[in-house]
Amino acid sequence: MKDWRYWLAEQRGTLLAFGIFIVMFVIYTSNHPAGFTANVVQTASNKGVLLAFIAMAQTLVVITAGIDLSIGMIFTLTNCLASWLVIGTGIETAFGVVAVLGTGLLCGAINGAIVIYGRLQPIVATIATGAVYFGIALLLRPFPGGSVNEDLADALTGRLFGVVPASLVVLLAVVLLVWVPFSRSVLGRAAYAAGSSEMAAYMSGVPIRRGKFAAYALAGLLAAIGGLFLTFFTYTGDAAYASGNAYTLFSIAAVVLGGVSLFGGKGSAIGAIFGALAFRTIGDLLFVFDFDPLWQPLFQGVILLIAVSLGAFALFRVRNRLEWFL
Amino acid sequence: MSETTIGDIAGRMPKFIRRADPAVLTAFACIVLLLFVGSLYSRSFLSPEYLLQQLKVASFLGVIATGMMLVILLGQIDLSVPWSVAVGAMMACAAAAYGSAGVALAIPFGIFCGVLIGIVNGIGVAYLRIPSMIITLATNAVAQGLMVVYTGGFSPQDSATGAMRYLATGFAIPGLPNAVIIWALIGAVMVFVLTRTGFGRAVYGIGNRERAAYLSGIDTRRVVMIAFAVSGGLSAFGGVLLAGYASKAAQSMGDAYLLPSIAAVVLGGTSILGGRGSYLGTVAGVILITLLQSILSVMQMPEAGRQIIYGVVIVAMLLLYGRAPASR
Repeated sequence: MKDWRYWLAEQRGTLLAFGIFIVMFVIYTSNHPAGFTANVVQTASNKGVLLAFIAMAQTLVVITAGIDLSIGMIFTLTNCLASWLVIGTGIETAFGVVAVLGTGLLCGAINGAIVIYGRLQPIVATIATGAVYFGIALLLRPFPGGSVNEDLADALTGRLFGVVPASLVVLLAVVLLVWVPFSRSVLGRAAYAAGSSEMAAYMSGVPIRRGKFAAYALAGLLAAIGGLFLTFFTYTGDAAYASGNAYTLFSIAAVVLGGVSLFGGKGSAIGAIFGALAFRTIGDLLFVFDFDPLWQPLFQGVILLIAVSLGAFALFRVRNRLEWFL
Repeated sequence: MSETTIGDIAGRMPKFIRRADPAVLTAFACIVLLLFVGSLYSRSFLSPEYLLQQLKVASFLGVIATGMMLVILLGQIDLSVPWSVAVGAMMACAAAAYGSAGVALAIPFGIFCGVLIGIVNGIGVAYLRIPSMIITLATNAVAQGLMVVYTGGFSPQDSATGAMRYLATGFAIPGLPNAVIIWALIGAVMVFVLTRTGFGRAVYGIGNRERAAYLSGIDTRRVVMIAFAVSGGLSAFGGVLLAGYASKAAQSMGDAYLLPSIAAVVLGGTSILGGRGSYLGTVAGVILITLLQSILSVMQMPEAGRQIIYGVVIVAMLLLYGRAPASR
């Protein structure tokens, strides 16, 4: 196979997610009353970026053939923590940001340690740790409240040079600083290999444990960046169970839309980002078409159902019926 | 003087202990421990009334966990429990608004709606080969969307029928709540199906290796679909009972049952990878979870502390006996 065709085959999921996003976004902006203006793009990107961070976090874990059902709760916890710490003078704010990110990293590392060294199934283990993280969030913020350094918040949710949404720039920076180095490092390859075939990876001497651990820990870090951004948008911390859960579910949806295989070893965080942006845009489509907001959950659900059913087309290519069963 | 090995000790124990799963034994030991801790805290903890009340509360979770166990035995998972529960409750209450025929058909209609959700899940998992975690998440979202549209975003105004209230809170046998009897009946049927029928064997077989089950002539896809339909129906039935207990349905009534039902099944020694587990373990897991929640609320622990302890206890117990074997 030629190089470019191999690349195309490898990136098919990412490109598909990109395509879906572009189509949805064009429909969205062309029907938006204000049209394609910097303001519309800024609002859309601010909403999309939140889910994009969570989707990236979920991707890292899903690549190792695991799943992190506590991701939304880490997001909620770091949101509550940020509403206490990211405030005050420049140095205090900087310290707060570092503390919040460190907390996320720690939460992810705990998940990783329990799953890898405790040898528990990721589904159950992260459900349980999610309950713990939510409990801590509730301790920090029994009632919604708190505040954040508004200069920093406005700078990161505003626009650069009056055109480019700052949140998109941060997203790009995180991709370049976290995802690219990770996916190209030994640990990143180990994470892919562990998801693809753990036994084969082990036999070839790949450091699968360290790779998986790094994936879980970085997932916590990315979720914390998401939580930080949520605080920047809302200026408050809120330990909301429903919203934490919803983000966990949406992250899985975004990952699937982004062409990341839940069986592990396949896909990229870039795809998941476009999956997240597409998912958000689809949800917002209803508003530009003036539907009753009541229909939004149903609409999102149906889109999700259709999106996941599309994968079934691969069945038509199966020649041996035994390949139905993985 | 002979050296005592573990095998010797096990050999001297009565037969029923030797045959029991260590996970189930640990779960029951934890129940005893919880009761002991509870009795230190309050004298009334060991009173028959209190224990019966706990058993009644446990039976709602028990009905839901029964369906969840069937699905987990297949190596799948059903994340559509929250809104299957809510759909069952809301649709049963909604049917009650349509005259006497509606009242009579309220319970079957609620269960029927849950079965429909389960069938969509089953078709997705069995025939379209979509990972169960995703398709059940999607049907959960769709069910939520349908209910939000139906209720207009508020708690529905219809209330539970007399029959639903009787099933959840009545006493057909004096001293024994009806809900417990229902759980016992469903449990007995489940045990019979799992251990004495071809369907049960097929469930265990598929959980171990679906290819092998398929090659030995089992219509694995049909079995998987039926299991999901049963799970959906039982979740909805749990919702019907809950609606009878609270005498109305509510938007997020099912949210509190997803994690506990999974936790109960897994704490009861059923492997989340499928193919291994007994119903007795699930019973133990359900009682364990209910007692834990009850003790925490008796201690007037705030919600935050309850969540933390709940999560820590589940992780700790799983580390005790739910660990995967060390590879290699």
